[in-house]
Amino acid sequence: MEALGGAWSWLTDGANWAGEGGVWHRLGEHVWLTAACLALACAVALPIALWLGHLGRGGALAVNLANIGRAVPTFAVLVLLSLGPLGTEGHWPTVIALVLFAVPPLLTNAYVGMRETDRDVVEAARGMGMSGWQLLRQVELPLALPMIATGVRTAAVQLVATATLAALTGGGGLGRIITAGFNTYDTAQVVAGAVLVAVLALTVEAVLAGAQRLSAPTRRRERRRHRERTPPRAPGRAPSGDRHGDDARRSVTIPNDGWGGT
Amino acid sequence: MGGCLEANDWICGEYLRTRSQELVDATAQHVGIVAVSVGIALLVSFPLALLARRRRAVAGAVLGLTTVLYTIPSLAMFALLLPVFGLSASIVVTGLVLYSLTVLVRNVLAGLESVPQEVREAARGMGYGPARLLLTVELPLALPALMAGVRIATVSAVSLTTVGAIVGHGGLGNLIYSGMDSFFKAEVLTASVICVVLAVVADVLLLGAQRLLSPWARARRRTRGTGVGRWKRSAARGVG
Repeated sequence: MEALGGAWSWLTDGANWAGEGGVWHRLGEHVWLTAACLALACAVALPIALWLGHLGRGGALAVNLANIGRAVPTFAVLVLLSLGPLGTEGHWPTVIALVLFAVPPLLTNAYVGMRETDRDVVEAARGMGMSGWQLLRQVELPLALPMIATGVRTAAVQLVATATLAALTGGGGLGRIITAGFNTYDTAQVVAGAVLVAVLALTVEAVLAGAQRLSAPTRRRERRRHRERTPPRAPGRAPSGDRHGDDARRSVTIPNDGWGGT
Repeated sequence: MGGCLEANDWICGEYLRTRSQELVDATAQHVGIVAVSVGIALLVSFPLALLARRRRAVAGAVLGLTTVLYTIPSLAMFALLLPVFGLSASIVVTGLVLYSLTVLVRNVLAGLESVPQEVREAARGMGYGPARLLLTVELPLALPALMAGVRIATVSAVSLTTVGAIVGHGGLGNLIYSGMDSFFKAEVLTASVICVVLAVVADVLLLGAQRLLSPWARARRRTRGTGVGRWKRSAARGVG
């Protein structure tokens, strides 16, 4: 209780927010670092995952990479990189460690999302004469999007949390408030820093969850619109038992004019 | 003679020889913290999962709360627990228990819910009481999901324990931390490698335990044969 009171007075003291080592500065560093690493990790992982998912290969790679990623301590990677030849290059050890850390969830989720697209839909699109690239872009990618978005969300929240560790090797970000408090035996500051990081992580989680939820209703509306335009069952196609109710979903991505037969 | 210690090489046999006791102690502390944490988390997650299965409202609250805990960064978590425990290993153990709960409660719940209703009915019809049903029917069937959770929790705990170095109880993390301060490369690399090896060994051991605990799964896999993939079946249907 005493520590919480101390943390509160630390947080409400304007002097702690201003200046070079102040909260605003550290918060900016933290958000910038996280965003940059997330963008880099997406740029690396998503194209590979989408391509592997499209080809249907490398499933073992995607899954094993995620497991290995979990087993490698980020703190150890950070220290190893900062002691290595990159150590003198400013932000790079941190950025590389964090990107390595964010790639596995992105890769696994995008790959699984691509593989879990309805195979019937993919076969149908291929039967319509879609090329591999068209198939990837117009059919598989839209269907895999929710899974990919979940991966990005997981990676983002983990990055916010893990970027804190950069402070242990002398990097910037909100973790610095915690480590600085440790070094000066200032428990109030340690707790205040921890609260700040936790709040930021929860905020990012809430914002991304909200964004995902907001994008869902539009998808549903779109689906409904498509269904109204599509005849309930295209003529010339034999009904088969387990396909009831599936038509709505597939009409989201398959152009309607392709359903006439052949 | 110069030797690799003086040259500050990454890989150094001399370091292993002269500081082996330190490495063994750190590894022992690491294993201890992980084992105690996952053990406690397992004990706590069972009643929580059973409670969550009984009542929907509890399920929402428990799952929501553990997810929120999961988003708190490890450094912040250990720091937040500092006023409660002081500088002790309990901080690290408590933090790891809280993280493991997210994975374990979910997996225990998923495992219990995957037990087919007919199986439960049949056992009840044979006169099984609730406790016997849970212990001899439901738990064995929930084992794969449960063990998957234990494996994830253990591997994550092995890697997260290193962060405990901030409060002086990080097992191998302590060596990484001190090696960082003194630019002692061999110490950092050796401790890091042992840490990864530890995670892999723990995972393999747990997988072996799962095999031993569920011999029927192997028998079933053998009789089921290779099976045709879902997409192949649906492709064939599309043609026919």
